[in-house]
Amino acid sequence: MSLVFHQFRYDQKAFWRNPAAVFFTILFPVVLLLIFATVFNGQTIDVNGGIEITAYYVPAIITLAVISATMQSLAMSLVIAREDGRLKRGRGTPMPAWVFIAGRVGNSVVVALLMLTVIAVLGRVLYSVAIPWSELPAILITLVIGAAAFSCLGIALTAAIPTQDAAAPIVNALLLPLYFLSGIFIPDDELPNGVINFANHFPIRDFFQAFLSVYLPGGESGLDWGNLAVVAIWGVGGLLLAIRFFRWTPRGG
Amino acid sequence: MPESAISIRGLRKSYGDNEAVRGIDLEVAAGEVFAFLGPNGAGKTTTVEILEGYRKRGGGEVAVLGEDPERARREWRERIGIVLQSCRLDPYLTVRESLELYAGYYSAPRPVDEVIELVGLDGKASDRTGRLSGGQQRRLDVGMALVGDPELLFLDEPTTGFDPAARRQAWETIAGLRDLGKTVFLTTHYMDEAQRLADRVAIIANGEIVAGGAPEELGDRGNQPTVITYRGPDGEVSLSTTTPVETLNELTGKALAQGFELENLEVKRPTLEDVYLELTDQGAPPAEETPSTEEARSR
Repeated sequence: MSLVFHQFRYDQKAFWRNPAAVFFTILFPVVLLLIFATVFNGQTIDVNGGIEITAYYVPAIITLAVISATMQSLAMSLVIAREDGRLKRGRGTPMPAWVFIAGRVGNSVVVALLMLTVIAVLGRVLYSVAIPWSELPAILITLVIGAAAFSCLGIALTAAIPTQDAAAPIVNALLLPLYFLSGIFIPDDELPNGVINFANHFPIRDFFQAFLSVYLPGGESGLDWGNLAVVAIWGVGGLLLAIRFFRWTPRGG
Repeated sequence: MPESAISIRGLRKSYGDNEAVRGIDLEVAAGEVFAFLGPNGAGKTTTVEILEGYRKRGGGEVAVLGEDPERARREWRERIGIVLQSCRLDPYLTVRESLELYAGYYSAPRPVDEVIELVGLDGKASDRTGRLSGGQQRRLDVGMALVGDPELLFLDEPTTGFDPAARRQAWETIAGLRDLGKTVFLTTHYMDEAQRLADRVAIIANGEIVAGGAPEELGDRGNQPTVITYRGPDGEVSLSTTTPVETLNELTGKALAQGFELENLEVKRPTLEDVYLELTDQGAPPAEETPSTEEARSR
């Protein structure tokens, strides 16, 4: 276990010194929140009997930030490390493989928790979006299940990415449309039903719904076990694919 | 009698129809610097990756530090160090941090400062690895393989693609490993590298070992004929002789007596390079095709 912490410490150092990682994982969600909240400030939307649109965007952007810190960040950084030969080098040491993966996933979950805090505080300070303190345990449970599931999906996705150059395009081509279709950028009530039905086939929508359930004011719906179960099943599927197809050696030049 | 660090009997490996390694035997003694020399695509990387436990063999017996690498346990990994043919470093960690990270993987690591000094990166300890030159990065690679204080070190083509100065620096680091009492298994396609660093050399071509021994004995070089060339009255002459002193004496005597000059007179012993090229050309595939084959295999 101390070895996991050792690995985690150095992963953290490398993460915070990597400008691209910090920008896309930390700053990008913040910028998105500022843009959406500023542009649509004052509007209300027809969710939970009518709420401020900013109260909708805070959990929406937290959802995006969690997926970005886990699935996106892991898929990209693991492919880069694999093609650099760094995963292969690590496999030649006594360090067990699970320690390496645990360190990386730990890194992602910690960044996800940090982003939850940052976006929640910004929402409170800039847009008076109440932080639902009474729901805190439910929020953390939702976040941890989501972070774990999307970490597994990110690790599984590396198997479909052949080169370092392909990492960003593949990950973005997959996630960006799903963010749109799942109602993260455009509120639910403005999306046609067909779009929502399509998005319902993917775990981003389920995770988002579960997060809205614990974060939106006036909902009081608490933990959304139904959607969380779907997210968890996707996570287990990702884990099985990762165990079967993840590779430690470079795939090509 | 020292135990064998590496012992290979009849090792085979195929990729589809391509027989990359065709039954090789090797013995590397503990404390020895051993060079596995051959052109690209000869089967070097395949062999070394089998020894490192990265690849499964097709057939034969392999013991590395007394164990089968396919059943590598953590304790076994503690005793070996690996420098891969191509591996980048984490560009956002410093030299010291990279070594500390790897030191943490081993139960009894060598002190990090000692390793930094050993690989000659004293002034660079706080530099990010992304700022190091190619030669410096390679020395850090060696440092990361050394930090666990292994008994046996694998170096896969440690200087390929280096400029002469970087090669010289890397050589000095590798030569220093001998003084630490490490067993070193080195693959290279540079004859001079093997000659400079190794106690013993085996030459592999087309998946088979074609020669082995101390660098100076390779290919029975001591008994190869000497070649004498000159331009005389009848044009270019090339003589091959096993008794060069006698032949030269006759030749100069004749030239003096008949009053002609031996222009461009040269007396050539076969160099190691000649021996190497002669040995590895036998049955080897055309040179242009081999690099891509080797790359494909190492994937």
